[in-house]
Amino acid sequence: MFLVPGFIERFLHRMASPPHFYAITERLMPWLWGIFSLLLLSGLYSGLFLAPPDYQQGESYRIIFIHVPSAWMSLFIYSVMAMAGAIALVWRIKLAEVVAISSAPVGAGFTFIALVTGSLWGKPMWGTWWVWDARLTSELILLFLYLGVIGLYNAIDDKRSASRAVAILALVGVVNIPIIHYSVEWWSTLHQGPTVTKLDKPSIHVSMLIPLLIMAVAFKFYYLIAMLQRAKTEVLVREQNAQWVKSMTEQELAS
Amino acid sequence: MKPARRQRLMLIGLMVAGVGLAAGFALKSFNENLMYFFSTTDVADGKAPNDALFRIGGLVVKGSVERPQGLLVRFKLTDFNKDVWVEYTGILPDLFREGQGIVARGRLNGQGVFVAEEVLAKHDENYMPPEVASSLKNQSQSGAGQ
Repeated sequence: MFLVPGFIERFLHRMASPPHFYAITERLMPWLWGIFSLLLLSGLYSGLFLAPPDYQQGESYRIIFIHVPSAWMSLFIYSVMAMAGAIALVWRIKLAEVVAISSAPVGAGFTFIALVTGSLWGKPMWGTWWVWDARLTSELILLFLYLGVIGLYNAIDDKRSASRAVAILALVGVVNIPIIHYSVEWWSTLHQGPTVTKLDKPSIHVSMLIPLLIMAVAFKFYYLIAMLQRAKTEVLVREQNAQWVKSMTEQELAS
Repeated sequence: MKPARRQRLMLIGLMVAGVGLAAGFALKSFNENLMYFFSTTDVADGKAPNDALFRIGGLVVKGSVERPQGLLVRFKLTDFNKDVWVEYTGILPDLFREGQGIVARGRLNGQGVFVAEEVLAKHDENYMPPEVASSLKNQSQSGAGQ
């Protein structure tokens, strides 16, 4: 912790306390919605109307503005979930447990979108809805991992031990993340190789890259919104007997 | 860091490393089964199964596509090392064109020709507007002419 500046450490300490977390996210929410809507609208407009058609695929390539950011999010959210799970296991911070479990449904959603949009694009382009190549299969396993995390959490009544079990499952599944990312390089796959996330120059024209990156940031904000909203509810349920929740609900009822 | 926390952190580290190692070994031993297709060099060298279905992948050699009759298509696949002739009867996917990567499923006949039952187009990772593509093409042509 000695590497972290003092004010950030104080901020993290305060965020780790549920009432502060609740109050801060409530104030943050309208800003997140504003930034998300702006990014989403500009990303969709520039991707669907301003970006030129592709030299090979014509207009159908435009699905990448949904497909690729969703696939990135599916990996990103899983990493966040596993990291939060590890923090929860080591430091026993309640809020880390809440962040981990609140991330799972959002990540599962993005994984599902990535699989479905890829399939819709695959039919006209490859000539098939689905193949069992390394990339598609490992991404499908990721969806099952997310569903496993959600199912396991709901199968255990005590939410603190449920969080611990879920954290271990998430950490075991982490091995899949580099496999998904490198699957197109390690094995021959029908899925094409990386376009943007490689050390070389991205092999996508800048007029298409910019909308893609805007959409990627927009999806990050959507994740923040959806995850924090779930986390708020989860905190309320877990702390329903705490004084701050009681006084807050009394205030709400009185007004 | 308190000793109990350090111990838990180390346990987690060991667990992730152990799972990673196990997955690494498993994937390494299944390496061939995870390959979606054989390269044309593998097939030409006889590494592909002789009388079983398998997939072959490569680029369609420019100028090699022939349509002798009806829906029968014959073309040469290459990985810039060795070539294999492929025959296919049916409708090809949108992205099938000369110079484009494809993956075909089928088996070898007696003459070393790959008879495909299914042809899938493999898209490359390049995205650009048509104008850029045509100017790139002109550049490389004028470069070759010099």
